Amino acid sequence: MTPPAVDLRLLVPELVVTATAVAVMLAGLFLPAGRQHLLRWLAAVGTLAALGTTLTAGADPTPAFAGMYVRDALTRVIQATALLAVLLAQWLSGEYVERTGLEAGEYYALMLVAALGAMLMAASSDLIMLFLGLETLSIPLYVLAAFARTDLRSQEAGLKYFLLGAFGTAFFLYGIALLFGATGSTGYRALAEHARTPAVIFQAGLALLTIGLAFKAAVVPFHFWAPDVYEGAPLPATAYMSVIAKVGAFAAFLRVYVVALAAQAGEWSTLLAAISVLTMIVGNVAALRQTSIKRLLAYSSIAHAGFILTGVVAGTPSGASAVAFYLLAYTFMTLGAFAVVLMLHRRGEEADQIADLTGVAWRAPALGGAMALFMVSLAGLPPTAGFLAKFYVFTAALDAGQIGVVVTGVLTSVVSAYYYLRVAYTMFTGQPHEDVGFAGGRWVTAALVTASAGVVVLGIFPGRVISFVQQVGQAMR
Amino acid sequence: MLSLIIFLPLVGGIIILFTSKTNETLLKGIALGASLASFVLSLFMTALFKIGGGFQFLELGNWIPSLGIHYHLGVDGLSLPLIVLTALLSLLSVAYSWRIELRLKEYLFLFLLLETGMLGVFAALDFFLFYIFWEITLVPMYFLIGIWGGPRKEYAAIKFFLYTLVGSLAMLLAILVMYFNAQPHTFNMLTLIEQQPLAAKPVLAALAFWGFFLSFAIKVPMWPFHTWLPDAHVEAPTAGSVILAGVLLKMGTYGFVRVSLPMLPEAFRIYAPAVAVLALLGIVYGALVAMAQTDLKKLVAYSSVNHMGYVMLGVASAAAAAGIPEKAVAAATALNGAVFEMVAHGVITGALFLIVGVLYDFRAHTRGVDEFGGLGARLPMYTGITMVAMLASLGLPGLMGFVAEFFIFVGSFGIFPYLTVVAVTGVIFTAAMFLWTIQRIFLGPFNERWAGLPDMDTREKISLVPLAVLMVIFGLYPRPLLDVINAAMTTLVAMVR
Repeated sequence: MTPPAVDLRLLVPELVVTATAVAVMLAGLFLPAGRQHLLRWLAAVGTLAALGTTLTAGADPTPAFAGMYVRDALTRVIQATALLAVLLAQWLSGEYVERTGLEAGEYYALMLVAALGAMLMAASSDLIMLFLGLETLSIPLYVLAAFARTDLRSQEAGLKYFLLGAFGTAFFLYGIALLFGATGSTGYRALAEHARTPAVIFQAGLALLTIGLAFKAAVVPFHFWAPDVYEGAPLPATAYMSVIAKVGAFAAFLRVYVVALAAQAGEWSTLLAAISVLTMIVGNVAALRQTSIKRLLAYSSIAHAGFILTGVVAGTPSGASAVAFYLLAYTFMTLGAFAVVLMLHRRGEEADQIADLTGVAWRAPALGGAMALFMVSLAGLPPTAGFLAKFYVFTAALDAGQIGVVVTGVLTSVVSAYYYLRVAYTMFTGQPHEDVGFAGGRWVTAALVTASAGVVVLGIFPGRVISFVQQVGQAMR
Repeated sequence: MLSLIIFLPLVGGIIILFTSKTNETLLKGIALGASLASFVLSLFMTALFKIGGGFQFLELGNWIPSLGIHYHLGVDGLSLPLIVLTALLSLLSVAYSWRIELRLKEYLFLFLLLETGMLGVFAALDFFLFYIFWEITLVPMYFLIGIWGGPRKEYAAIKFFLYTLVGSLAMLLAILVMYFNAQPHTFNMLTLIEQQPLAAKPVLAALAFWGFFLSFAIKVPMWPFHTWLPDAHVEAPTAGSVILAGVLLKMGTYGFVRVSLPMLPEAFRIYAPAVAVLALLGIVYGALVAMAQTDLKKLVAYSSVNHMGYVMLGVASAAAAAGIPEKAVAAATALNGAVFEMVAHGVITGALFLIVGVLYDFRAHTRGVDEFGGLGARLPMYTGITMVAMLASLGLPGLMGFVAEFFIFVGSFGIFPYLTVVAVTGVIFTAAMFLWTIQRIFLGPFNERWAGLPDMDTREKISLVPLAVLMVIFGLYPRPLLDVINAAMTTLVAMVR
């Protein structure tokens, strides 16, 4: 057996990200304490370079590593989203990590490695590759959750995330083992071949695999970790993990279900539809009574996982495009909302209660306006990215005949409007707390502006972005 | 030109965002300028409008080509009067809001954003665009009520928002049903009217009909979906109430005439009796409840429920007559009346809310009908305009409301004779209610508590006199407006047949 020929040019985006991560970590060791802010520039430049190489890379399906890896339109779109997420998350973290003394090369390096994991998941065409990607994504996130070493809540979050995450991974791995037993291979192609005449062991493997992914995506009933972990982790880490874990997990959902198991759609779509309905209901209803903005956004991220899942349930090429679009929109609006919270502090601590936002809009109208924009977008109202994303997934699901899922989605959207608007409304009424001050700076402002622009542009002039994500669907036909 | 009319207010709003909030005169100037420019352009468009020329001032461009969504605008005899009405009421409301002190900048921005949304709804001919504009009106109104409203503003704002949102999402589903059943898939409203994609699918047509119905009926609001209205009206700031009653409610009836009637004629015909009965309940219930109110603003709000009931009775009658050639004349008459009533109600109720505002906002700070008395002798100008508006609202011949109601009753009598007979009794209740109100506020012994009350100032005159003049002009000589409406409605009825 000759080792497979590898064209490293295919891997340029991943290599750039890896190199940046290593460079940032090393530079963090050697840079004197006063100059650590240079790390941000280094990370930003590296990420932008990776983004550039991703966008310019070809979209024709090209396999590598003996069919373990594939670079195609889905890879490109999801990788671009992951890189955008890590870029915005770095900017978000800028002032926070400096203020709280967390700033270190490791912080940015971990972020980049997590993004690398999501990128690999998007490019996987083999279960082993998917597993590697999943672990590369998850382990840095466990560490990031516990990154505020002196904060008990952060430690608890990290430990909780790690233990439950390991549990989820075990399911995932066992699922792979069973699938290997059923098909004799770990490639997606083998899955597709056996999908027509599935054995019980195949079904069981698939179910376990789904549980592992559902855990990462924080989908009901595997969501219990999310609110606690989100609440305990440092704010920018929460922001980042709420986005990047979704990007990776849904890339995997698309790869496994929509691409590999397309022939068996009738069977799994019912299961996923049930999960999706449950997730939308639980996420949105539980968010209603939250008083902490972190927990609110945690339940909101669960709810959105349900909405995104409706696109997977559709199982069609347009459903896949819709999922890709939703991930992009979700990245902008969620990171934007976190950016607003990061602009504030309560006596040097995180201003993580909804009550802390009281009346802030009259002291900083632009901040209030931005928060209103993100909340309107998260609630899925036009003319914002959130509306178009929901419109897109629901249209795809309706086209695939999933009427029940769409009706649930629509009804729970009404519920979600209530809690999102409450946040926006809080910002515009009452007297601001004296304890709450502004902690903004150049970096987080840049993130905020980019996210706002993204939400507006995706909502009003989405033409180009939609044709970009539609390549995903075209590649599947 | 249509785009200019729609987006000028938004441009003004964006400029306001970038203007210093301390320079209040400039802020007001920009807002007034933007809404004035939009209004003048809409008048100019009216002058160029050819009666009976179908859709005019069409604008068609690609917006999201990959999803088949177009930027498609146009006006006909149905939307033109509503666009002019919207521009006029917005302009007058901005003029009225001259004394807003709290957060003026944000207020004006939201107001202009709202105006853009409303104008867009009436001009959009692509369903997606229609939906976007429809929803754009929601958020500004939510904040206008929620921030500048009365004591129970938070409750009223969220109630308004959630009610309307449920409706609009039902509409979204109905739109998607239409979209997926058209061949090829399209959001173009004109193509959908032509194609009748659901003509052969009664079950889907019924679903789509009820989807649209829910959305429009909540907006109108028809009984029993009206409960958000009194809350929203009472808590909203005066200019917000004017826009809410004058324009936002019309979006619902406009939807029935623009969407339900031509696109789903069969389904609408089947369910028209049910809709007519609901309309009738709205008429009688609205009038009776209004009579029992002691809060002037609530009284006007419930009278809106009553008047929108007339509009819906006219629309439902026309729908019931769809496809029956010998009833086409009656149907066209009823529709003419319904659309005329939309405009009339916009002008009259807009004026009534301003009238309430004049008394409440800057003078008495109370709206209790029973707390006044004998104001007629002290505030002659105010009394005169109030009398005109209230008499117009109760349908006194010679004023705008009469023309509308007359046509509705004549038209619907040929189609739903019994219902119409009951509906006419609504007029009696309305008359009783307004006359009693006039008596309590303006006649009788003078309540000395209000001895220092000044009459209307210039700003208030500017907002109210034009509306009063319009009521008289179109009451005595409704022909120009009727001609515009009639041409469109005759086409519509012919098309439905």
